[in-house]
Amino acid sequence: MIPELGHLALILALCLAIALAVVPLFGNATSQLRLQVAAHPLALGQGCMLLLAYAALTVSFIMDDFSVVYVVANSNSALPLPYKFSAVWGSHEGSLLLWVVILSLWTIAVSLLGKRLPLLMQARVLAVMGMISSGFLAFTLLTSNPFKRYLPDAAIEGADLNPLLQDFGLMIHPPMLYMGYVGFSVAFAFAIAALMDGKVDAAWARWVRPWTAMAWGFLTLGIALGSWWAYYELGWGGWWFWDPVENASLMPWLSGTALLHSLAVSEQRRLFKSWTLLLAILTFSLSLLGTFLVRSGVLTSVHAFATDPERGYFMLLLLVLCVGGSLVLYALRASTVRSRAVFNLLSRETCLLANNILLMVALAIVFLGTLYPLFLDVLGGERISVGAPYFNFLFVPIMALLLLLLGIGINVRWRAMPSQRLMHLLRQPLLWALGAGFAWPWVYAGAFNASVALAGALLVWLLATSVADLWQRVQQQNNAESAWWKLGASYYGMLLAHIGIGFTALGIAMVSHYSVEVSLRMAPNDKVNVGGYQFIFDGVKSIDGPNYSSIQAQVQVLKNGSVQQILQPEKRHYNAGQQVMTEVAIDAGLWRDLYVAMGEPLAQDSWALRIHYKPFVRWIWLGALLMAFGAGLAAWGKRHRFIPLPVAQTRHKGINS
Amino acid sequence: MNQDTTVATNWSGWRWRLLLLLPMVLAFGMGALLWKSIGTDPNRLESNLIGKPIPELLGPSLLDQQRLLQRSDLSGQPALLNVWATWCTSCAIEHPYLIQIAKLEQVRIIGINYHDKRPQAIDWLNRLGNPYAFTVFDQQGDLGIELGVTGAPETYLVDAAGIIRARHVGILNERTWPQLRQKYQQLIADVDSQ
Repeated sequence: MIPELGHLALILALCLAIALAVVPLFGNATSQLRLQVAAHPLALGQGCMLLLAYAALTVSFIMDDFSVVYVVANSNSALPLPYKFSAVWGSHEGSLLLWVVILSLWTIAVSLLGKRLPLLMQARVLAVMGMISSGFLAFTLLTSNPFKRYLPDAAIEGADLNPLLQDFGLMIHPPMLYMGYVGFSVAFAFAIAALMDGKVDAAWARWVRPWTAMAWGFLTLGIALGSWWAYYELGWGGWWFWDPVENASLMPWLSGTALLHSLAVSEQRRLFKSWTLLLAILTFSLSLLGTFLVRSGVLTSVHAFATDPERGYFMLLLLVLCVGGSLVLYALRASTVRSRAVFNLLSRETCLLANNILLMVALAIVFLGTLYPLFLDVLGGERISVGAPYFNFLFVPIMALLLLLLGIGINVRWRAMPSQRLMHLLRQPLLWALGAGFAWPWVYAGAFNASVALAGALLVWLLATSVADLWQRVQQQNNAESAWWKLGASYYGMLLAHIGIGFTALGIAMVSHYSVEVSLRMAPNDKVNVGGYQFIFDGVKSIDGPNYSSIQAQVQVLKNGSVQQILQPEKRHYNAGQQVMTEVAIDAGLWRDLYVAMGEPLAQDSWALRIHYKPFVRWIWLGALLMAFGAGLAAWGKRHRFIPLPVAQTRHKGINS
Repeated sequence: MNQDTTVATNWSGWRWRLLLLLPMVLAFGMGALLWKSIGTDPNRLESNLIGKPIPELLGPSLLDQQRLLQRSDLSGQPALLNVWATWCTSCAIEHPYLIQIAKLEQVRIIGINYHDKRPQAIDWLNRLGNPYAFTVFDQQGDLGIELGVTGAPETYLVDAAGIIRARHVGILNERTWPQLRQKYQQLIADVDSQ
């Protein structure tokens, strides 16, 4: 009964989504206020129906309803309860449902916070989101219904959730990632609304910026969680593999980053307008492409969903309709939003233009590197080879250049800035960065290392230029006390996010160059020294988990002769699917991780163990947290922007960002 | 430095409009490309090189720097050429299976260590076991380019004369090996019947 209710709710949600896509636009065309404002209850209704459907699927999991095909494939009566909640999005059908649920939540948020936008705009934006929702709901219902049942014969037991997914990181990774992917639909909807309108003004950019910042923050968190999960769950100690699916999430991130910066120019200087619109469309299109790549099986990936060509075609059709349709609209209408303005070569505009160019180059590198197998046919030749070395070789220098530029960009002003003044501001940060960068590898490892020096210099550069700019801005105010407050949350958010990227860069350089990895055979009481720690293997224990049995190694970690920690890596054997999984044991720290994984059992109670010493690896994700937090702060600081200002004031230019 | 720069182009209207068409054209092109690739197995990339011999000169040996490996080192037996690297996660997943088929099925596998560092690669084999009869150290990817390697892991089936007979892109495992095994066993049977 409950699955049928869920199914019905899903059908009703589709009906409401179609109404949301049509009614407000019809209201706009015929100037009927009643129909225009109908967008709000329709958005709310759609959201409620989807939440109901989602709840129905969750209840089916909790009650072990093995008459539902999706539950049988992804759950088991012995699966621990928290994983029954996350198993809902453990596979294609449910994660698609989660995707639409999140879209409906963003739609409700736009509806609630956007009530003071011009009525035409409200109606257009919500209608565009309704269109996206209709497409994906139709996709769910026609090809991937999660409520399909085995009737009259239910299965007795389920196949269990993939053990790789039975994990905390993977519980929250998909929702965060989808919040980001789908969040970009708001910027997309605003872009389409602007194209319908044929007008992009500063007010438009003001509205879009906080939404984009929020979506970007969530995507950053989602990607970081995925990387963290790969680090501790796959057991290889790697945190980024340039796998097609990872790249699929990196692409909208790069394009979204460009969008955030180009929006700043559109708002402050009313420039780059049609470019901003294109970026908004591109970012959401790349999110859709990512969703498509994971589910269509066109690329080989370690973690692609099980695939079915019929779904692939449907999904691609949806993609072509959405992306193609919006780009046709763009081709027809974007010529009306040309911008014409003048700025000096030494200005923030130039820096942000360079930022956009570098990010687009980085995006092109990732795009080509990921999709090249598809281009091979067209190019005719096969003399191309791509892999991690390709990405590292091309991507890393671009990012280093971007970070270097970023320090200048923070300090330079809009329109123009005398070069002497900029030099004056940047001289000290530059000296600090060079000094610290050269000293750092010597201090840490006693020898020079160019990459580490560069990353260290870039972090100090970002910190110092941020401080320089902050100091400069405070000095300019009359009252220094209140000046700190006046700068606003968005400004601090911007600084934090930029510093975050420096932390990530340093983490990457440190862990890439100073990691120690030892793999050895250990019999009970064997000792080994890795990275200044002593590891003693005390043998193994057998343990029974709720849905697995496990062999757990006991490894003592000693520093200077005293026991710091006992690490207990496991080798688990999951009962339902008979899979064997390795659970890594990690002693995490700000300065280093100690990472122990079990290999194969060898003769006479001895085991193959893999021990890693990973310096600064946490900084990679710490940086991402800072970026996401900074984005949240920036969005929070701009929340009042949903209230349109009087016309005279929209022309006023703010002092910052 | 004080020169002002005008961003807006001085292009006439139609040129600008043509430029705005570009994203749409690219997107539809991309769409057509994706449409074609749905349903095709991404693991099966046809190679132009099927039916052609592998290069005479393969490259230095991974384990023995002094030794230069040649086609004749195939020693008249069919073999798998497996492209791998320590930076390749999928290779790590594939590795135990290679050991299994090398041991249990006596499959002759030749490694091509691709765009890698020697100490790391040697360490990898010491740690995870060595399924390879010998490994070519292809640091610059020269051999990879000759063979048309698109990434790692990738596996070529080569007959006793060193002629490429089949190609597999991606991981070899319980699911993907049987197709290749059939061809391999056929080649073995051909050698035996001569």
